[in-house]
Parts: sequence; structure tokens; C-alpha cells
Amino acid sequence: MKKTGAQILCESLIAEGVDVMFGFPGGVLLPFYDTLPQYPQIRHILVRHEQGAAHAADGYARATGRVGVCMATSGPGATNLVTGIANAYLDSVPMVALTGQVARPFIGKDAFQEIDITGITLPITKHSYVAMDAGSLAGIVKEAFYLARSGRPGPVLIDLPKDVQTDQAEYSYPEKVDLPGYKVPSRGHPTQLKNAAKLINEAKRPLIITGRGVIISGASEELKQLAETSQIPVITTLLGIGGFPENHVLSYGMAGMHGTGCANKAMDSTDLLIAVGMRFDDRVTGKIAGFAPKAKIIHIDLDPAEIGKNVAVTVPIVGDVKAVLQALIKLIEAGEHVEWINQLDEWLKQHPLTDVNDSNGLLPQYIIHQIYEATRGEAITVTGVGQHQMWAAQYYVHTEPGHFISSGGLGTMGFGLPAAMGAKVGCPDKTVWCIDGDGSLQMTIQELATLVQDNIAVKIAVLNNGYLGMVRQWQDLFYEKRYVATPISCPDFVKVAEAYRIPGLRVNRREEVVGAIDQAMAYDGPFLIDFMIEPEENVFPMVPPGASNIEFIEQPKKEVSTWPRTSTP
Amino acid sequence: MATNQHTLVAIVQDKPGVLNRMASLFRRRGFNIESIAVGHSEVAHLSRVTIIVNGSNAMVEQVRKQLDKLVDVVRVSDITGDNITVRELALVKVRANSASRGEIIEIADIFRANIVDVASDSLTIEITGDEDKIESLFKLLKGFGIREIARTGRVAMVRGNIGSAPKEAQPAGKRVKKQS
Repeated sequence: MKKTGAQILCESLIAEGVDVMFGFPGGVLLPFYDTLPQYPQIRHILVRHEQGAAHAADGYARATGRVGVCMATSGPGATNLVTGIANAYLDSVPMVALTGQVARPFIGKDAFQEIDITGITLPITKHSYVAMDAGSLAGIVKEAFYLARSGRPGPVLIDLPKDVQTDQAEYSYPEKVDLPGYKVPSRGHPTQLKNAAKLINEAKRPLIITGRGVIISGASEELKQLAETSQIPVITTLLGIGGFPENHVLSYGMAGMHGTGCANKAMDSTDLLIAVGMRFDDRVTGKIAGFAPKAKIIHIDLDPAEIGKNVAVTVPIVGDVKAVLQALIKLIEAGEHVEWINQLDEWLKQHPLTDVNDSNGLLPQYIIHQIYEATRGEAITVTGVGQHQMWAAQYYVHTEPGHFISSGGLGTMGFGLPAAMGAKVGCPDKTVWCIDGDGSLQMTIQELATLVQDNIAVKIAVLNNGYLGMVRQWQDLFYEKRYVATPISCPDFVKVAEAYRIPGLRVNRREEVVGAIDQAMAYDGPFLIDFMIEPEENVFPMVPPGASNIEFIEQPKKEVSTWPRTSTP
Repeated sequence: MATNQHTLVAIVQDKPGVLNRMASLFRRRGFNIESIAVGHSEVAHLSRVTIIVNGSNAMVEQVRKQLDKLVDVVRVSDITGDNITVRELALVKVRANSASRGEIIEIADIFRANIVDVASDSLTIEITGDEDKIESLFKLLKGFGIREIARTGRVAMVRGNIGSAPKEAQPAGKRVKKQS
């Protein structure tokens, strides 16, 4: 039976299990939007800016493990998706982005709202398509979803000319994809597995560092088994958080620029670093020459191009993390590294995170800790980018995969609110906290309206310090406190929330923190708390840019500044 | 790190934008391409791309792996260390008058090059060969005055029956170190 391109698209989305999409309509998408009510299985959430749609699809995908779907019209709608697509690309998030395009006869004519979006997104998509006829649309959707979710996940873009949406074609959803050039390595090479097992069995000071690959692959159990069997301490990257429970006795926290002193010392001392589903980002390695100087390195990753890209490795294993770990576990012997683990425990004691009770001011670390207490560690925490992101990573004890959602590779300010929205839509039964900064939140604050229109009960904690705090921190530490373009004025966030019909509270003092969080949790719907934190609190430890990880700076002893500020909104 | 010249052969699907994707990747990752030649392969809907790239072994291996990740790229191999035939075709238009014409034709004959066009003040020569041969011809013709040069870029093939098609990409870490 013949169907229109728009119908074929909807049918194909449903065949892929899509039940929600985030989008914003426009001229060339009118045929699609006109068709959408025929398919009530697809919930469409209208965002206020297309960047919000892409981040929401991203947050949805990270929280659920399913492919997130976003849609934007041609021209400016499509270009507004670009940041969100890039964000998903760098963090390997499965996403299908649908963009409207001018009708085929107008393509290449600089028509109204025409832009070459497949060209623009070429370096930030895993693959992309221009659907040039309705008959090929079902096959394209099938391939797009397959590519987005398989192997190393990533965003795939489909450009949809207006007249393709109205053209008619026979519809049948293909059962298979034919992609001869697309390879997904499955399990590791047996020789390399043997080599790795030998190194693990012989190591005196082994250390596991895990990345987002563990979460994508669903390999947390296998990871735990490996760590426990051989008694190997585990540290994580920022995006690896949640892949290994941080309350586990073998967990030693996050490594890298704002990692724990213990994790960074461990990387410096280890004789065998087992890197699992991570890609040696410069925020993790610090200066390459000073990275894990005494260690042989086993690198397990699905993407062969990541092997040896930044760091030379001793044993590379290309394969799905879960499958590789399953195979590896069979080859390793039960081990004990008592001395090594005692050493790490000693370092933990020497380099504790800031004592969250040791101040009269309103410390962000204390707030994060109280959110952790109030949610019993079970919430999905979503962050923007900046100091608050690092505090959320450090002071919430993350125990579940997919429960800490943050923009790692691209470092996109404004990610928090829309991504939290997507996470809550994907996991309606979970408590979702958006932990954001006053700078980051202002980049996508318009999505408060989306929360209200679709009743998405995200709890928002703004850590408000009146600065673009992370940049200010660098100015503080490396530019002699010349605070250029970092003091930032904010609206009264409580009043802004109120204007959007979201209840809110301002918290100035530490005694009010717990009550406010409880109130937010008890409220059935979105809620905002504006925490007026210590304005010049810094994130520690910190590895200075360009330094080795071992050269981390710790929290200096400091005077607490006068608070509350006089110039509060 | 030592830089040397590598010859990569990629088999790619005839899909819109595939060359664009490859070029975008070279630009974005800062790979320096010496020569690139594209044409149909022995299989319908598959094209063969020969890429000459300068770089360290590690860098070229990264090029190969990144290319291999493109969905439309079926396979890529580095055939530098293999026993290969490399050829390029060039057209060169050289200034010629009645006095010099005979000498130029003689030089062309030595190189087994063809004269493909004769005009009152020029000769156009077609030459096929490896880079050295073509460069040598140019050197000899330089004194007469070269007006124009057009080159195809190099194409390459492994000699013998077995190696005639590029091998499947080997798993990372298992590659035999190659020298050019």
C-alpha cells in the first residue's frame, strides 16, 4: 500500500521503537507535522530552541540507553541543532537527528531557509543521509538507527526535503541493513586477551580506569567481577562515573584534572593501567609525558582508531567491552594486592575532598552532598558545564550506570536543563536533578517553558556564584585574579521560574539547604532552588593545564568571605 | 618521528558525498595528502581510491583507521611495504619550434612517451610511469620551456595474483611494521 513520505517516516520511527521525540516545527516540516497526529504512539515534545531538542534527545539516550530522536526545520532550525549533535558525537551518544530541507527542485538554489546541513555536520556525525525519494526513506531510517546504536554509538542525521514528505511510495520496513563498509568488532583477539591476562596476573600495582564505554556496553557487572577477582582498584573518567559503584570498597573516584589526589597518585604509581572503554582525553591524561610513567597499559576499546591515538599502549584489545571483559575474566587468577590497596587507602586519607562541614558560608559541596542524602543516591543527576559540574561529579556518590549525565568531550554550557528534561522523559519514575550554574543555566533557560507545558518534573539546583565560575577560577589561579568577562549578572531565578509558573526558593544560608531540597522533592512537578553559594569557591584538587597529573593543587586553607552578598538579586 | 611516504588503497561505495567525507577527514585531522586518485573498481558500485600520504607510521595508521570508520568505506589497506606497481599518467605541453622539435621527440622516445599533439610552437607529450620517471622527463624538458602540466595522481596495485586485491584491514596492534 502506498503511503506518503511523512507517513513512511512515522511508521519507520514506530518500527524502531520510538515513542518520544523532541522537536520544533517549521515551513518545510509542515507535511510531517500535519501527519504526526495520525500516529499517537509518538509523543512529540515541543522545545523552545532546537539546541534544547538535541540535548534533550541526548539526555534521553544516556538515561535510557535507547536512541534519542530530535527534529528541526531547515536553515536556522538545523544549524541550531549543531551544538547538540557535536555534543552527542564527542560523548558517543546514540541519536537520530531529523532535519527539514527545502523541496528538491530548490536544493542548491540558496532558497529561503536552505542550508547544507549534511555538509555542516559532516565532521560531527557518525553518518548522514539526504532522503532524495520517499521510496528510500524506510531503508534510510533503518540504517540510521542501526548505525546510531551499534558499535561506538553516535549521532546520525537524516535531511528530509519537503516534497519527499508528500511524495507517495510503497512502504515496507526492511528487515536487514546492507552496510558492507560498516564493521563492528565484537570480541577481543585471543592472543591479546592472553597477553593482557598475563600482565594482570603478574602486576604488582594494577589499576583499572574506566570510561563511558563500560556504561554503553552495559559491562558494570563484568567490571566488578574483574576488579573483585584480582583485587584491582578502580578509578573513572568523568563520563565513566556510574560504571563502577563509588561506594564500592575498590572505588577510588575520578581521575584527571579535577580527580581525587588518590586517583592521580595511583595513576602515577601503577605498574599496569587497565583502561576500559575510555579514550585518553587530555583532561584525564594531563601532560602525556607524565602520564602513568611507570605503567604498562592495556587498552580495551570498541573503536580501533582510539588505540594508540593519544597514548602508546602495551596490549590493545579491540572489542565490545562487555564481551572482552567476559573473556578476560576467564583467564585471570584470583589476586591480592594488599600493600597496593593499603597505599591507596593511605592516599585517600592524605588527600580528602574538602570537608563539606568546615565552613560558615554556603558551600556548593555541602549542597551536592545534601542532594545526595535526600535522594539516597538514587537520583539521575544532570549537569551543565563548569564548577558545578565538577562538584556534582565529586560530591554525589554515584552508584548506577547512566545516572550521572554530563557533557564531557564538548563541554557544552547549557546542556544541563534540556538534557535533564530528556532524562526525566525517558525515566519518568526516577527523580531527576539538574545541577546547574548560573552561567550555564542562562544559556538554555527557555526550556523551563517546556518543563511546564509537558509537565516534566525536573528539580533544578542552581549553584549561583555570580561568576562564570570555572573561567574565573582559571583567572584566579593562572591570570593573577584578573576577572575579565567573568562576573555575570543574573536575573532573579526564583522570579524567572515563577514567571514560567514553576515554584522556586532562594537559599542563602546553610541551615536552609535541607528544607529547600525536601520541599523540591515533595512537590509534584518541576521546582527550582537558587543557591547563593560562596562566590569565589574553587574546584579542588586541580591539575594545572599542561602539567602532569601528579602536580595537582589542593584546596588551600582559606578565609570564608562575608556572606550573603549585598548585591543579591 | 620519521616521516615517510605511504600508499593506501581504499575501496569505497559509490555514494553521494563519499569523497567529501574522506576529504573532510583529512582536513580535520591534519593529514597531509600527496596525491589522491579515484576511479571505478572491478566491482560495480565500488570505487577504488589510491592515496599517497606523508607521515610517520603511527600517523598513517591513524589515517587508515579513521578512513576505515567511514560507513561508505568498505576497506582500506596500507600497501606500502608490499611488492607493488605504482603508475601515474601525465600530460606535458612543452615549447617547441622546428629547431628543437626533433630533440624533444627523441627524449620522448627514450621515455617511451607518446606525442599526442603537435602545434607550430608546442608539443604535448603523454607519459606513464612511476614518479621518478615522470620527474626525470620533466627535468629534461625544462630547458625547452614547459607550458603546462596535468597529472592524474598515482594509482597502485599489489603484484601477483594473490595480492591483487587489498587485504582486509588487520586488527589493530597486529600490523607488521612497514617501511617504504
